[in-house]
Amino acid sequence: MRKAAFRAGFYLLIAAFVVGSLFPFYWIVITSLKTPGELSGGTTSLLPGHIDFGSYSADLTQSSATGLNFGRSLLNSAIVALATTAITVVLAVLAGYALSRTKMRAKVPVLGFVLIAGFFPPLAMVGPLFLAYRHIGLLNSYPALIITYLIYSLPLATWFLANYFSQLPRQLEEAAAVDGASRPATLGRVILPLAVPGIFTVAILSFILAWNDFAFAVSFMETPDKYTAPLAIIGLGQSQFQVFYNRIDAAVVMTTLPVALLVIFAQRRIISGLTAGALK
Amino acid sequence: MLTLLAITAYPLVYNLWNSFQHDVINSGVPPSFAGASNYQRIFTDHQFLPALAHTAGFTVVSVAVETVVGLALALALNQKFRGRGIVRAAVFIPWAVPTVVSAQLWKTMFDPQNGWVNYVLTSLHLPLGHTTWLAETWTAWAAILIADAWRNTPFMAIVLLAGLQVIPNDIYEAARIDGAGAWQTFWRLTMPLLRPALMVALIFRTLSSFLIFDVVYAMTGGGPGTSTSVVSFLNWQAFFINADYGYGGAVSVALVVIALMIAAVYVRVFRSEQVL
Repeated sequence: MRKAAFRAGFYLLIAAFVVGSLFPFYWIVITSLKTPGELSGGTTSLLPGHIDFGSYSADLTQSSATGLNFGRSLLNSAIVALATTAITVVLAVLAGYALSRTKMRAKVPVLGFVLIAGFFPPLAMVGPLFLAYRHIGLLNSYPALIITYLIYSLPLATWFLANYFSQLPRQLEEAAAVDGASRPATLGRVILPLAVPGIFTVAILSFILAWNDFAFAVSFMETPDKYTAPLAIIGLGQSQFQVFYNRIDAAVVMTTLPVALLVIFAQRRIISGLTAGALK
Repeated sequence: MLTLLAITAYPLVYNLWNSFQHDVINSGVPPSFAGASNYQRIFTDHQFLPALAHTAGFTVVSVAVETVVGLALALALNQKFRGRGIVRAAVFIPWAVPTVVSAQLWKTMFDPQNGWVNYVLTSLHLPLGHTTWLAETWTAWAAILIADAWRNTPFMAIVLLAGLQVIPNDIYEAARIDGAGAWQTFWRLTMPLLRPALMVALIFRTLSSFLIFDVVYAMTGGGPGTSTSVVSFLNWQAFFINADYGYGGAVSVALVVIALMIAAVYVRVFRSEQVL
């Protein structure tokens, strides 16, 4: 009897967690499918009304008076996030491999610095970087964001991959060397294929970091045609006319979908990346 | 690596330099050496110290809430039950939502007209059903806290879950044979063994809570008045609204110093427990 009550309580707790996590998404989706007319009537039910995709097509095709177009913003986000991911992966593989295979005196300080850099307060970086980018004419451009995200993604990616590489057996490389393979060939043909899961983890985390940023984007991107998706969502919310939650929430859905899918399909890899520090 | 070091160090040095300058764009006065006057300003004006108090209070409350809820979630997910994989994925999704987007999402929920919070409260005849959440100090803080906790608790839970999973099962077996109750097992066994993971989760969350910016920007803009202004937000305002680089530099330096202090405190705790 007591055991049954305990089990019921346990499942109730699990259900509460699931509902608490997912109900906001449900609300966003049903709000995004409403028409402005339905919204002006206020909330009268927790169930979806009739389904209307008008807010999605409006988001993707219409530009606001200031030139804000959400479709364009999504594209900007994709370009910046994919470029950050690609550069992070290439540089972190090279640096991580070097760190794991060479005896360097500076190894410990370098790794220590790497960890501190990952925590450096973004808002303390934003001002000086803004002044520097303005000086060299990088404001309002993709490179301004990409360079900034690399500051945050590269150290952790390098550290993670250095750990990953050092766990791969060294005999493989020695065998390759005996067979006459050069170092770059060994890296490309022997090490990389084995390191694919680790590289995948690093790529996903870098992508999420770049995709999710707001503080840097709001500071460096000045014209609406350069806005990233999170910035555009806030822009939609600050319209001087009436705020239509269906438009904002459609944008929220479209911004969240790619990262939510990543989490669902690559959960294991993400968790291994997030917890690498916790268990070592 | 050197390039990275340079890129990271440069803003810090620049902030230090700025913080000793009197440099306000559009004031018509050229930048000049200002001594410690910017620091004097941050400790005497009516913005910095209140913002610091807000930030500290928010950090303590949010980290406490996220730790307790995250621990409960981690313990639940560590049990074997049907559909565990799906549940774990479901509760982890909020973490992937961009922070500023989660703020916007909760702004919709708390909206008096188009949200569900007030609708549910009124339908159930509960108090607060007619609150304009973001217009009053305490309810605005509650909304910020909920938006922040919703997005970040999964992170806490995932790190703690990883910590729970490395605790070998035979220890629990042994405790059970020795007749230890569930409560006793939790406090005497689970908690001490979970300490390293807990410390890592705490340091990550304390630092990022202290640096909160996106949620405040999107939900309240520091308002009503400046009652939800936090240090990061003040820093941003100084640079981008007031173009007061000297003051902004001083706030930046304060931000870095406090972040390093938080990290240092945790590292000391780590060391004394020999987990590092």
